[in-house]
Amino acid sequence: MRNRVRLIPLGAAAVLFSIAPVLAQSPPVIAIRNARIVPVSGPAIEKGTVVMRNGLIADVGTEAAVPADAWVLDGTGLTVYPGLVEAMGSVGIPETMPAPGMGARGAMPGTMPSAMPGALPAAPPARGPEDRPLTNSWTRAADLVRPNERRIEALRNQGYTSAAAFPSAGIFTGQGAVINLSGESGGRMVVENGIGQFITMSRGGFTAFPGSLMGTIAYVRQVFLDANHYRTAKETYARAPQGLERPAYDRALEGILESKRFLIPAVNAVEIDRMLRFAAELKVSPVLYGLHEGYKAVDKISKAGVPVLISTKWPEPPRDRDPDEVDSMRDLELRENAPSTPAALAKAGVKFAFYSDGAESPSRNVRRAIQKGLSPEQALRAMTIAPAEIFGVADRLGSIEKGKIANLVVTKGDLFADRPQVQYVFVDGVRYEAPPPAMPAKPEMTQ
Amino acid sequence: MTSLILFAALLAQTVVIQNANVLPVTKPGFKGSVVIENGKIKEMGEKVVVPGNAQVVDAGGQYLMPGIIDAHSHIAADAINEGSVSVSSMVGIEDVLNPTQISIYRGLAGGVTSSNILHGSANAIGGKCTLIKMRWGKDASEMVFEGAKPSIKFALGENPKRRGSSGSGPLQGSPGNLRYPATRMGVEDVIRQAFNDAKIYQAKWKEYEARKAKGETIIPPRRDLKLEPLVEVLEGKRQVHAHCYRADEILMLLRVADDYGFKIRTLQHVLEGYKVAKEIAAHGAGASTFSDWWAYKIEAYDAIPFNAAVMMRKGVLTSINSDSADVTRRLNTEAAKTVKYGGLTETEALSLITINPAKQLEVEARVGSIEPGKDADLVLYNQHPLSSYAVAQKVWVDGDLYFDRQKDIEERSRKEAAKKVMLDRQREQQKKNAPMPGAGMRRPA
Repeated sequence: MRNRVRLIPLGAAAVLFSIAPVLAQSPPVIAIRNARIVPVSGPAIEKGTVVMRNGLIADVGTEAAVPADAWVLDGTGLTVYPGLVEAMGSVGIPETMPAPGMGARGAMPGTMPSAMPGALPAAPPARGPEDRPLTNSWTRAADLVRPNERRIEALRNQGYTSAAAFPSAGIFTGQGAVINLSGESGGRMVVENGIGQFITMSRGGFTAFPGSLMGTIAYVRQVFLDANHYRTAKETYARAPQGLERPAYDRALEGILESKRFLIPAVNAVEIDRMLRFAAELKVSPVLYGLHEGYKAVDKISKAGVPVLISTKWPEPPRDRDPDEVDSMRDLELRENAPSTPAALAKAGVKFAFYSDGAESPSRNVRRAIQKGLSPEQALRAMTIAPAEIFGVADRLGSIEKGKIANLVVTKGDLFADRPQVQYVFVDGVRYEAPPPAMPAKPEMTQ
Repeated sequence: MTSLILFAALLAQTVVIQNANVLPVTKPGFKGSVVIENGKIKEMGEKVVVPGNAQVVDAGGQYLMPGIIDAHSHIAADAINEGSVSVSSMVGIEDVLNPTQISIYRGLAGGVTSSNILHGSANAIGGKCTLIKMRWGKDASEMVFEGAKPSIKFALGENPKRRGSSGSGPLQGSPGNLRYPATRMGVEDVIRQAFNDAKIYQAKWKEYEARKAKGETIIPPRRDLKLEPLVEVLEGKRQVHAHCYRADEILMLLRVADDYGFKIRTLQHVLEGYKVAKEIAAHGAGASTFSDWWAYKIEAYDAIPFNAAVMMRKGVLTSINSDSADVTRRLNTEAAKTVKYGGLTETEALSLITINPAKQLEVEARVGSIEPGKDADLVLYNQHPLSSYAVAQKVWVDGDLYFDRQKDIEERSRKEAAKKVMLDRQREQQKKNAPMPGAGMRRPA
C-alpha cells in the first residue's frame, strides 16, 4: 500500500486505478455503493451506500443517494467497516527521535551519549524524586508525530485508520494524541491532542533513582503530591501574590496537571489489583493497559468502573528454548486463558479496547479472543467505537455515521475471517489500496 | 440469600482441636483441647465445652503451638531493595506485595503464620516494611497484618557502604556515578543528616499549623515522602528495624538514636550482639538473630551460636528469624539449636519464634501464644516442634485452615493431571502454528 491511488470518474459505477505513484489530491466526493455496511453504531446494512465528502461521512444507508459529482466505487461483495483504531501505542512517533526533554537530572540513564565529542557533560544519576528522573510529562505526541513514520503503513495495511499514540520514554512519558494514520503533516494527523498521560513502571537501574518497582511507585506518588501542592501554591499566589513566595515553575508538574487521564500498566491480576488501589489513592481517572490476566480480576475491574486497554499480543512460550523445559502451571494457565479476558470483561460490562502491542497479525490475535467466547460484534467495538469513547473522540471516530470523519476499512469477506482481505482503507476520505496478498508466511516467522 | 446464610455460617464457625499436646508458650503445656470461634481462641484446657455446631479436629496426640512469626523475611514482594540512594524511606514494601508468591505457601507449610517483610539492606535508611499474615490465596491488601505498627528498615556496615559501580550508566567510569557513603563513618553521617532534615521538616509543618491556626494565608509546605516516615520515627509512631553485625556499629546506632531522641525497636542479624547485650538491653532494643550462620562475609566472622541465648540471658528481647524463603520453612529447627547452644529451656526456645517476635513487632496482644482472646494462628506438628522429625501437619490463620498436609498430598495427582492436559494442548498448538519445515526458512546462500 505504498501509493495513494488516484480515482478517475468513469460513468457511474466503474473505477479505474492509476498505477502511477503520483500523489494526487483526493477526490472530494467518493461513494461506495452496493456494499455490506457495518456501521457499529447500528445494525449492519446488507446492501447500502456510504458517501464521503471532504474527508467526512456525508451519508450512509440503503437510501443514501450517490451525488452526481461523486467518484463511485462498486462495493459488490465488499464489506465496509469503520476504520480500526489502535487503542494504544507509539505508532506515528519516530523511534529514532531523541528523547525530548530530559528530566532535571539524569533523566534518561543510558540515553546520554557521553562519548559523543562535544556533548554536554552527562548529568549525574538521579538521587531522588526532586531530580524528576525519567520524566517527560510535558511532551506531547501531537508535537512528535510524522506522517512518514515507518509503522504507520504496516498498521494501515491491516485496516487501521487511527491510533492513540503516546511517547514511550520514561516513567511519565508525556501526553498522547489520537491521530489519523495519514496526513500531509504531523499537524494534519492529529484528531485530538492531550488524551492522557502515559505512565510506565520504568526504573533507572541500581545506581539511579528509582531503581526498583517500589521506587517507581513511590516516585509517581510523590509527583502527584507535588502536582497538587504546586496547584495549591499557584492558586494561593494568584489570589494575592504580595507577601508570598513565588512558586517555582515546574514543567514536570505542569504536564501532570494538564493530563485528563492516566494510562497505567497492569498485566497480571496482582498488578491489576495493585494499580486499581493506587489509582484510587491518587484520585486520578485511570485507564489500565496490558490486562492479560484480566480474567482473574473481572469483579475488581468492574467494581472500579475503570476502562481498560487489552494487549492482544497474547503470551506465548519463549522461542528457541530447551524443548525439554516444562512450563510452570502459572505460565500454562496464563497462556491458555489470557485470550478469554475480553469475553469475561464484556460479560461484566467493562469498557475495553484492543491494542495490537506490535504483534504482526492483530486480526489473528483478536480471533483467538473470539474463539474464547467474545462475540465478533464486541470484538469490532473494541477496535472502533470503544477506544474512541475511552479517549473522548467518539463524536468523530469509531463508527460509520453522518458527520464523522471518513475513516473506513473495506474488506472482501468478514473482517474476522480466517484470511481477511483488506481491499481499501480510507483515512480522512483519502483512499489507500491494499497491497497484493503477501506470501503466506507464518506470522511467527516474520518477526 | 444463600450467600447471607453462608456468611453467617462462616462467622459462627467454631472449631475444636481435641486430644492435642498444647504448647501455649506463655503458659505451661497440657494435653487437651483448644476452641476456636470467629477466628479467635475462645477457650483452652484439658476439658472444654464442645459447642454443638463445632467442627472437631482430633489431633491424635500431636503438638499444637502458636503460629510461627518470622521477624525478618523478604518473601511476598515484587521488589526488595531501592538501592539507588542511601536514604530510601519514600519506598515501601506494601506497594509491591505479591500475594501469589509460592514462598508464602511454603512458609505456611513450615508453620509460619506471620512474617515481617523488610526492605533490603542496600542503604543506611531503607524503605518501609510490612507485617503480613500468611493468608494464602487472599489479595495483597488482605495479607497485611491489620493494625500492626508501621516500621522502617535501617542498615549498617558492609551493605550500605557499598558505593555502587562506576562501570555503567551515563557517567561510565566516573566517580560521579558512585553513591555516598563508602565507610561506616559515612553510614553514621547519612543517618544523622537524614534526621537533621527530618527535624527541620517537622518544624516547618509545626510552624505552618501554628500560623494557619492564627488565620494567616499561607502555602502549606510540600509533603516529602522521604522525610515523613523519619518524622514518624522521631515521634515514636514508626518502629526501626536495623540490620547490623558488628558491636561498634551497634553502639554507634544506639548513640545516634539517643542523640535524636528515638528508639531502635530491633537490631536485625546483630551477630555480635552478645558483646554488647547489656547496652542493647539498656536502650530497650530487641534483637533478632540467626541460629548459627556466620562467616558469609567479613563482618559476620565474629559470630557465635550462643548469641541468642546470651542476649536473652542479659535481658534482651530476642527472636530468631530466617531472612530466607528457604529457612523460613523450618524456623522450629532454628529455634531448637538454642537448646543445644546456650541451654535455653524448650519454652524459651519456642518463644524465640513466637511470643518474642510478636512483642518486638508490638502485636503480642494478637499473636505469639495460645491464649483465650488471641487470634487463632496455630500450627499442629506431628512431633514436638523442637524435634528434627517435626513436620507441620495443619496450619490455621485467624481460625481458617490455610494448610493441610493431607489435602496437599491428595491434590498433587489431580494438579499433575491438569497440568499435563494443558501442556499437551499447548505443545500441540505450537506444533500446528509452527512453520512447515523449510517454508520461509531459506537461508541466504
